[in-house]
Amino acid sequence: MDSTDNQDGGPPRLQSAETLKAFMLKKSTKSNLNLYDHLVRLLIKVMDEHPENVVDVFEDMSCDVKRDLFQDKQSTLRDLPQATVAEQLAEQQRLLFSQQDDADQEDELVETPVPNVNEIGFYLEQAGVGLGREEMQRVFLALKQLVESQALLRCRLWGKILGKDSSYIIAEAEHREGEEEEEQITEESAEEEEKEAQEREEGELDLLPQSTYKPPPVVPKEAIGTGANKFVYYVCKEPGLPWVKLPSVTPTQITVARQIRKFFTGRLDSPVVSYPPFPGNEANYLRAQIARISAGTQVSPQGFFQAGEEEGDEEDEAPHDNYELNPDFEGIAVAEMAESLSTWVHHVQHILLQGRCTWVNMAMKPEQDSNEDGEAEEKEEEPDEPQPEVGPPLLSPLSQDAEMFSTPPWSSKMSSTLTSQHAVAVLRSNLWPGAYAYACAKKFENIYVGWGLKYAGEGYSPPVPPPPQKEYPSGPEITEALDPSLEEEQALKDALEDQQDVQEEMEDADEEEEEDDD
Amino acid sequence: MDSNSLYYSLELVAGSGHTLNLEQRTALQTSLVILKKNYKFHRVLFWGKILGLKTDYFIAQGRGEDELEDKKNLYSFNCMDWFLLPPASDSMINEVSKATKGRFIGDPSYVYEHLEIRRRGEGDDAEEEEIVTKVIEESRLAVTVHLIDEEVSVVPRGAFVKNPHGLVEMNRSFGGLSHSEAAKLDNFLHFSKPKNLKKKSILEMGELNPAIDFFDVLSDDIPKGSWSLQFECASKVCVLRSLLWLGLTFYHVPMTPQHGYIYIGYGTKNLDLPFML
Repeated sequence: MDSTDNQDGGPPRLQSAETLKAFMLKKSTKSNLNLYDHLVRLLIKVMDEHPENVVDVFEDMSCDVKRDLFQDKQSTLRDLPQATVAEQLAEQQRLLFSQQDDADQEDELVETPVPNVNEIGFYLEQAGVGLGREEMQRVFLALKQLVESQALLRCRLWGKILGKDSSYIIAEAEHREGEEEEEQITEESAEEEEKEAQEREEGELDLLPQSTYKPPPVVPKEAIGTGANKFVYYVCKEPGLPWVKLPSVTPTQITVARQIRKFFTGRLDSPVVSYPPFPGNEANYLRAQIARISAGTQVSPQGFFQAGEEEGDEEDEAPHDNYELNPDFEGIAVAEMAESLSTWVHHVQHILLQGRCTWVNMAMKPEQDSNEDGEAEEKEEEPDEPQPEVGPPLLSPLSQDAEMFSTPPWSSKMSSTLTSQHAVAVLRSNLWPGAYAYACAKKFENIYVGWGLKYAGEGYSPPVPPPPQKEYPSGPEITEALDPSLEEEQALKDALEDQQDVQEEMEDADEEEEEDDD
Repeated sequence: MDSNSLYYSLELVAGSGHTLNLEQRTALQTSLVILKKNYKFHRVLFWGKILGLKTDYFIAQGRGEDELEDKKNLYSFNCMDWFLLPPASDSMINEVSKATKGRFIGDPSYVYEHLEIRRRGEGDDAEEEEIVTKVIEESRLAVTVHLIDEEVSVVPRGAFVKNPHGLVEMNRSFGGLSHSEAAKLDNFLHFSKPKNLKKKSILEMGELNPAIDFFDVLSDDIPKGSWSLQFECASKVCVLRSLLWLGLTFYHVPMTPQHGYIYIGYGTKNLDLPFML
């Protein structure tokens, strides 16, 4: 029987027989036997022994065959206890529930930096958003752990970003004084190290030809505590696992993040493979998206915050980025908040095209160290001063938000239609699917739970790579000539020889006299 | 997800960020019972929610004797009054895919219009013909629900069996996948008519059971990685999310027969998926 031929086109009966054989040949995970071999052995035994009434003793024979096989019962391998993921996680989360001795001390403090996540969760659930009640409680405890371990002044649950392999729970915290110095020092030392390494390399190797390309000047990062770096963010994969502080964001990261569209993997150290190339790994990408989402979707009822008083600085310079609680805020009626978008305002600064919240004039910069020739040249090339970018001022109402892809940027509604007296006003962002805000009386909160991607309208088309560099203009001096054929070569040779002959004759005539002298 | 298990299963899929508020949950508990009685369904599922710009559609699905074939979809705005959706035919799917784009509005009578200019003939005597396709949002909703069911509805392997009469029904003796099984994508099946079941080698077919394995396996989906498999709720629940239709969440509690899926999203397919992986 040629089974190989009949694999596809053969009669169905034959194929099903083969499937059955494949099934019977499958080894048992317990005894490492398979049914096919076992039946073969059993039938051989029947043929050898020819017992009486075979069918009655068949089961016993089957048992005998199995028993006859040598089996090594005692394994020399030791049992290797392997903790499952759930068990490991439970061990980690046990710490969240540990009682602390100084619990009574905390009661004395009136204002605690830990937000009341349960209350937020209650309102969010009315809005149709949430992580599940149990999960919220775990996040609550994890936030408490974060605040205690990092001694944060203020902290809130920013949201959750889903990833392919795991998700990120994100906490937003106000930075402490003195932190930025640490980070700057580490960066500087890293730069110095790089320089040293370069110098060393240069000393060892022959000098390679230097590229004449000068990268465009990098837009400087905003200082921690201002603009896109106003807050610091901590992320963890699961409540109970350690919190990781995200690095601060650079304007380049924001501008590149605007052009790419990638899912998060769930591992902070994984590279972001994209075009245009993203400067940094997933932690940086996550931080850039958080900055963009915050700038786009963090909203509060109008009047809750008021513009902070400027300390006598120049007035038209950059929209002020500080605000304070308005003590006179009375709350806006929920129906009104659900009805009109002008009762909501942004309380996070808009990020400009440059990737910063406050605009920096990049053309001005080279003047500071004008002793370098290269930068002076650059200045000449850009004589006209670029227009400063201006974003909408802080606390501008949502009704001024731009419409994208013919989709209104926000949808608002009441959480309940049956008991509207006690409902909350819910705002849903259409540009950042997953961003929600609610407000009722004097309370409001923003949360983001989603994939960390902006609404892209019809479909995303990746940016095209820049056009290839122009080739050197071709002229006669560099065009390749055709190789001469044999005849042509011969002709040239003959012509040359003729010339030589003529010359030689002339020379001979001159030299004859000299030769005679010798 | 089954309307009977709604009160705890919503909690298990809440990790995606969406849930229902108490008012909607209680309304569903009441209205789905009435729905089941009125339409003589064997089983009623709460299918999900499609978020519109103005209002949201809540979708319920009634199942008859054959779980796979006898499906009827209904929509509602307040979780109380349900309206039957028309079945999606091929011509309807074509029209909808041509005419509709962007987000759902939230008004079933909203008309999407699409103007297509076709040229007939050649050269100078070409005639331009304008073809207007008009589609109302209700049929778009019907098609979207149908497509999501077709492309990304998920069941664990063994949860459904084909009985000798060829009817697909729930497997009463399904005890759930083990923890190690639940971590593999091969043990989850598409709950729709199989498209590439026959293209397997004999060795692979040997392990399959014709009563159970009559669906396509998720791990064969193209592109690879169009599913995100995670363990959530303190690593107790296996949660699958489709990256093709963002918003579809499936849960299964290993070692128990509990499983189900829900779609809460914008009703648009993620066409950018190849760029995003």
